[in-house]
Amino acid sequence: MITLTLREQPVVPLEAEVVTPDVTASLANDAIRALPVYLGKKQCRVDDFFTVEGQASDEIEIRGDAKQVKWIGRGMTRGKIKIDGNAGMHLGAYMKGGSIEVSGNVSDWLGGEMTDGFIRVGGNAGGQVGAAYRGSRSGMRNGTIIIGGTAGLEIGMRMRRGTIVVGGLVRDFAGLEMKGGTIVLLSGAELRTGAWMNRGTIVSLAPIPLLPSFLYAATYNPTFLRMYAKHLGTLGITIPYDAKDGGYRRYIGDSSVPGRGEILVWNPHAS
Amino acid sequence: MVKITGGKVYDPKNGVDGVVKDICIDDGRIAEKADGNARTIDATGMMIFPGGVDVHTHVAGGALNFARGLVPENQRAARKFIHTPERRTGIGGMTPTTFATGYLYAGMGWTTVNEAAVPILSAKHTHEELHDIPIVDKSTLLLMANNEFVLDLIEVGELERAKHVVGWMIWAAKTYGVKAVNPGGVAAWKWGKNASTLHEPIEGYKTVTAAKIIAGLAQIIDDLGLPHPLHLHQNNLGVPGNVTTTLETMKVLEGHRAHLAHLQFHAYGGHDWGSMKSEAAAIAEAFNNYPNLTCDAGAVLFGDAVTITADGPWQHLLYELTGRKWGNLDVENETGCGIVPYVYSDRHLVNAVQWAVGLELLLLIKDPWRVYLTTDHPNGGCFWRYPEILQLLMDVEFRKEQIKKLPAEARNRIVLADIDRQYTLSEVAIITSAGPARALGLSQKGHLGVGADADITIYPAQANDDGVLFSYPRYVLKRGEVVVEEGEVRAVSEGHEFVVRPNFDETIEEYIRPLFQKTYTMSFENYPTEMERLRHPDVTACK
Repeated sequence: MITLTLREQPVVPLEAEVVTPDVTASLANDAIRALPVYLGKKQCRVDDFFTVEGQASDEIEIRGDAKQVKWIGRGMTRGKIKIDGNAGMHLGAYMKGGSIEVSGNVSDWLGGEMTDGFIRVGGNAGGQVGAAYRGSRSGMRNGTIIIGGTAGLEIGMRMRRGTIVVGGLVRDFAGLEMKGGTIVLLSGAELRTGAWMNRGTIVSLAPIPLLPSFLYAATYNPTFLRMYAKHLGTLGITIPYDAKDGGYRRYIGDSSVPGRGEILVWNPHAS
Repeated sequence: MVKITGGKVYDPKNGVDGVVKDICIDDGRIAEKADGNARTIDATGMMIFPGGVDVHTHVAGGALNFARGLVPENQRAARKFIHTPERRTGIGGMTPTTFATGYLYAGMGWTTVNEAAVPILSAKHTHEELHDIPIVDKSTLLLMANNEFVLDLIEVGELERAKHVVGWMIWAAKTYGVKAVNPGGVAAWKWGKNASTLHEPIEGYKTVTAAKIIAGLAQIIDDLGLPHPLHLHQNNLGVPGNVTTTLETMKVLEGHRAHLAHLQFHAYGGHDWGSMKSEAAAIAEAFNNYPNLTCDAGAVLFGDAVTITADGPWQHLLYELTGRKWGNLDVENETGCGIVPYVYSDRHLVNAVQWAVGLELLLLIKDPWRVYLTTDHPNGGCFWRYPEILQLLMDVEFRKEQIKKLPAEARNRIVLADIDRQYTLSEVAIITSAGPARALGLSQKGHLGVGADADITIYPAQANDDGVLFSYPRYVLKRGEVVVEEGEVRAVSEGHEFVVRPNFDETIEEYIRPLFQKTYTMSFENYPTEMERLRHPDVTACK
């Protein structure tokens, strides 16, 4: 495992897209130290900011508060990045495979436009998780993002496939212009969830305010959620599905697009 | 002083076709001879061309900037220009940033560009962006065919006064010529209408028709003695069956000089998208008989593009076809603008026909001095893809291979497969440089005779690994300075801006001022562009 320890907090965000297993796996430590990172328009070396230790491998561990370090794991296809602390914007953007685990908080654009892979964040995430970059037609196309804490605006914006699970409260516009995939909100969301969504599923275990353009369809216990629950169970997430505990209220929308997405809101039996 | 030795020179204006001769440069111009101290560039085994001249492109101003903002996803995928001691930072792609535009044009061997659409209201913005397009010389055309002051004068038959208004406006915007876009159509668009016929009154007017606007402006431009004739984007651009409009427009223009812009978009038969076909043969045949006309191809290349035009109604139609993004601007009393990102697909019947029509026109128009290489950048494709078109024009076998890839149905609707003409190197020099320079009235450009600006492109005589002959010049010289070597920018100079000073009655300002104060949202004093705003103006006085 290669260990990068942040020695010094950069004054402006540091762009470190070379910190991926694809780049570092085959390099000696000296070569990793010499890789370019950008501080503003200035090109620097990895070892201007990080101490590099360990042996060549497709696992990278980052220690220290990397909240100012952007683009870690950009486009990675394999291996693992473990971040012991926080991470900056665009973590795992465009990633195609492998996994990223973060113990602390991350900033915006986590897993932006990722096509596959697995990301787990222990703390809170910023906005635009798994979203499409500005102007792009699609956000994440596959893969899984699990966030223990809260998340910001526009998570899953224009996502096409894949799964996002958020443990804490999510801010406005979750699933904005969503085209497919699944967002699971364990603690609900603030306003305008699913606005302009075309297809896809948003599951909320807590009551959420809905746009008037979402129409109530039925209360039921969808079979596919039983399978989802089993899969998510292997990742340590529990979602209810049993009819004896309650049902899901299904809302279809966003009818202003008009779209055929669905928002499923868990409605437990009164006890 | 510079002396270029040993290269084969292609200078069609001066009748030089592949002759090995020395080119001497003194003080930025081609000279008779150089003294012993001159730097010598050994061009043995290479080809020497006059620097390219783009007669119709969109590289600066409000509309292009709007397009840049509308397609951030394209810019993320585009070529990056990293800051170096010689170069500024920038982005290439379909709507390159200002500095990158200069590097890309010069890197391809083009040294003069004509920004083809400037409203007076955004002339200041345009000139300031043109400052920041390095190396190349620039000229600009003023959008005029939907200007309400001018249309109102045509309505009441006051062409003489309209002439002075047009002259005042050209000078107010510090432009070089006049562009007419969808005459009357953009004015009608403000009523939700279009001008799809030449002889019916425009919405909002009683007697003004598209034909009257075209003939009136052509007359005014001839009377003002502008070096570049009326630069016309005709009505019904892109519409199946528009061949009749184009042929009728040619008749309207009889007796006047005119340049027909991006003719490819105006040469379609059929009556809807399903039946659309090439009418390039009919257009070329008619065009061959009108020596008063020049045109540029507006060729289409498969791949991504961004369509940018003052033709608002057409852009709305295109948006309805694509269902993706659409931008629309209203430029007060002058014009409008629409932006739609577009992908030309080689599997798409309409796009395949468009691709063929551009090449057909370039091959079927007999006189290369009257048809020029453009893609109406970035509408039909990016300017930095011109070498791909040259390859298609010069190599009939390669062209026929490409035709075979088109959908079978498209092959029945084009005539390209029957054309065996191949461009010679001299003809390439004409359509890329000598011809457009002549059409623009830039006598110091497009040739290598004594006294011409020393804008010179030196290409290797062999194609590169992709088989493309003109993709990377070995050297590019701008006013005698070596600016590009091996396709890399080595030195950055500032280009000149060409401006005309038409003769008009200065008291016309007293006619314009009250009208302006009544109808515009800005103060009259802030309207004209000051000469100080232009970095290196090169002013031509009209007769």
